[in-house]
Amino acid sequence: MAGDEWQGKLDIYLDGELPADQMRALDDHLRGCPACAAVVLNRVQLKREVQAAGKRYAPTAEFRRKIEKSIATRPRRTFHWGWAAAAALVVILFAGALFVSREQQRLQREHIYSELADLHVSTLASSAPVDVVSSDRHTVKPWFQGRIPFTFNLPEPKDDFSLVGGRMVYLGQTPGAQLIYQVRKHQITVFIFQERALGGRLHGATSVIRKLSFNMETWSQDGLRYFVVGDAAPEDIRKLSESLKSAAKS
Amino acid sequence: MEVFKDRVDAATFEELAMPLFDQLYNFAHWLTQNRDEAEDLVQETYVKALKGFSSFQPGTNFRAWIYRILRNTFLTSRTGLRATMTVPLDAEEGDAMMPVASGNPETIFLGRASQELVQGAIAELPVHYREVLLLCELEEMSYQEIAEALAVPIGTVMSRLSRARGALRDILRQKLGGG
Repeated sequence: MAGDEWQGKLDIYLDGELPADQMRALDDHLRGCPACAAVVLNRVQLKREVQAAGKRYAPTAEFRRKIEKSIATRPRRTFHWGWAAAAALVVILFAGALFVSREQQRLQREHIYSELADLHVSTLASSAPVDVVSSDRHTVKPWFQGRIPFTFNLPEPKDDFSLVGGRMVYLGQTPGAQLIYQVRKHQITVFIFQERALGGRLHGATSVIRKLSFNMETWSQDGLRYFVVGDAAPEDIRKLSESLKSAAKS
Repeated sequence: MEVFKDRVDAATFEELAMPLFDQLYNFAHWLTQNRDEAEDLVQETYVKALKGFSSFQPGTNFRAWIYRILRNTFLTSRTGLRATMTVPLDAEEGDAMMPVASGNPETIFLGRASQELVQGAIAELPVHYREVLLLCELEEMSYQEIAEALAVPIGTVMSRLSRARGALRDILRQKLGGG
């Protein structure tokens, strides 16, 4: 095949797109045709020049990040699922934190109730359960003056209730008043503390509790926290509580 | 299930498309001759490609597919329309085997040509020649791939490539003072 015939195929040859048989034939031709070999050499050089010159523009890192971000955030439903999962996690964590907080609060209350029940029992078991022995509220109340940092009102004993006496008591580091009442054969303890001294551990608690077979009622009134504890019937506990509430108002 | 498919598609698309990012940008810049327009073109290409990724047939040529999207996007842009309208294609369905008609000698003494000179010559090429030349020489695409990217028959690729090379040699000769 003459050189002129090959000239038009040189680029295709260099692009590696000639059929195999033609590639071999052109290889053979180039070995014996200096003119075509020179053209091939020149075109190879031009290909290389274009290849090198073509690598001219590079994207900025900022633009790359922008595209990566646009691709990553494109599947919106997936994105929303991600947010939904995150929101669910926040709700779970919040609910969990709330549960833990409430559980801690509940445990603190339980601890206080247990301690008060213990105090009630230990007082009754003592040979000298009270420091001031008097059925007269006007004797008992003044006895606490200077001993505890607050004062309180006591009800006039009525029905089957009678005041036995009182003593100072500590709940943790908090000083308070312990009063013993008797109703029929049962003895009931009334504890009075400053609400704020309890560190908010019973904040807002108003409840009737049954602890170790003792009945207990607690409430907060005028900055004081009252507990009424005893093995008497819940009705008796409630009656004494009501009379204490009434006295506090007067 | 659709959500899962979207996620798989997005992951696969990113794996296929991001390795081509530098090349696509370079090609876009060559077409537009402007950084801002190149960025817009690439961004629009990626958005369209991701949106239409479900229509991409796995196992076929992804590179040719995304280049085709980029090129079609360019051709419908203002710069693309201006470029193609001002430089109409001549009879490119001619015989690809025919050497480009040129009275100038074949050999160019490229030893004198600097890289900037060649870049200038490429930039002067009509856009249809510039793109086919870059896809072949720079991206080293096969004729089949180029045909897919440009959505033209292989014969057109060959004739257009031949004319592009001839035009480039002519420009270089002029720049080198040989023409």
